[in-house]
Amino acid sequence: MNHLKRVIYNCKQATLLIEKKQVKSLTFRETIELRIHLAGCTFCKLYSKQSSMINKMVQQLYIDSIQTTPPTLTDDFKKELQERIEDELNKN
Amino acid sequence: MATETQLLNPRHWVKAHADYLYAYTLSRLNDDELAKDLVQETFLAALEKVDRFEGKSTERTWLTAILKNKIIDVYRKKSSGLANAGEKKAEEKQQDFFEEDNGHWTSAHAPQPFGIDNHDPLRGKEFNQILQRCMQKLPVLWMSVFTMKHIDDEATEFICSELKVTQANFWVIIHRAKLNLRACLQKNWI
Repeated sequence: MNHLKRVIYNCKQATLLIEKKQVKSLTFRETIELRIHLAGCTFCKLYSKQSSMINKMVQQLYIDSIQTTPPTLTDDFKKELQERIEDELNKN
Repeated sequence: MATETQLLNPRHWVKAHADYLYAYTLSRLNDDELAKDLVQETFLAALEKVDRFEGKSTERTWLTAILKNKIIDVYRKKSSGLANAGEKKAEEKQQDFFEEDNGHWTSAHAPQPFGIDNHDPLRGKEFNQILQRCMQKLPVLWMSVFTMKHIDDEATEFICSELKVTQANFWVIIHRAKLNLRACLQKNWI
């Protein structure tokens, strides 16, 4: 009971479970504990929503930085790189 | 596609993949010089492994896998030694997020709505810039764990062994990184 009480009333523990849940499935016990906590805690409910939103936004940020507006190498650098590769290939 | 054997063509790597690999590295390390070095190192390492390429993946996927290992090496180097000071500081930041005796959110740090549920592109762009700045404030180890898990979707065991953290510590880091990131957004956005 003590352990259960700790999680059910403890936002620090609850937010840890919220993070775990986004990566793997929780144990049966953890699922129940978290559900009871969220039923009574509007702050953690909001945290949970924001946490998964942050994950999605970060993922989008990475996709954008590679696909939508990717930075590019200078032509000079690419030319040097090409020469390096040619050199290596000609060695063999 | 699955049955087709992929071939390597090193002479066209620069033209076909250099920019992609550069952008990929930059998004994860945010260091221009280092990114250029890693792209070059990746091509050179790849040349030495050409005969071990089995043709099961595309050229780009294969090159990216080599690059990923190099990025993890950098994560590992950066998060050992001196960098620990950054972790201490980041941990201190969240000391007063929760009440010490009962673990409740403190009133100063309890989550507040961001108010960006309606999709306004301009506000979205602004929000993204803050998000980027907040991510850069995370200690390198936290950032590395966060990126490997949430962006690259690597297995937890793999991340733990590569970055030399225990499973228990892995969850602490995942939790702390998000707590700080969310708090930073709340502080700078609302």
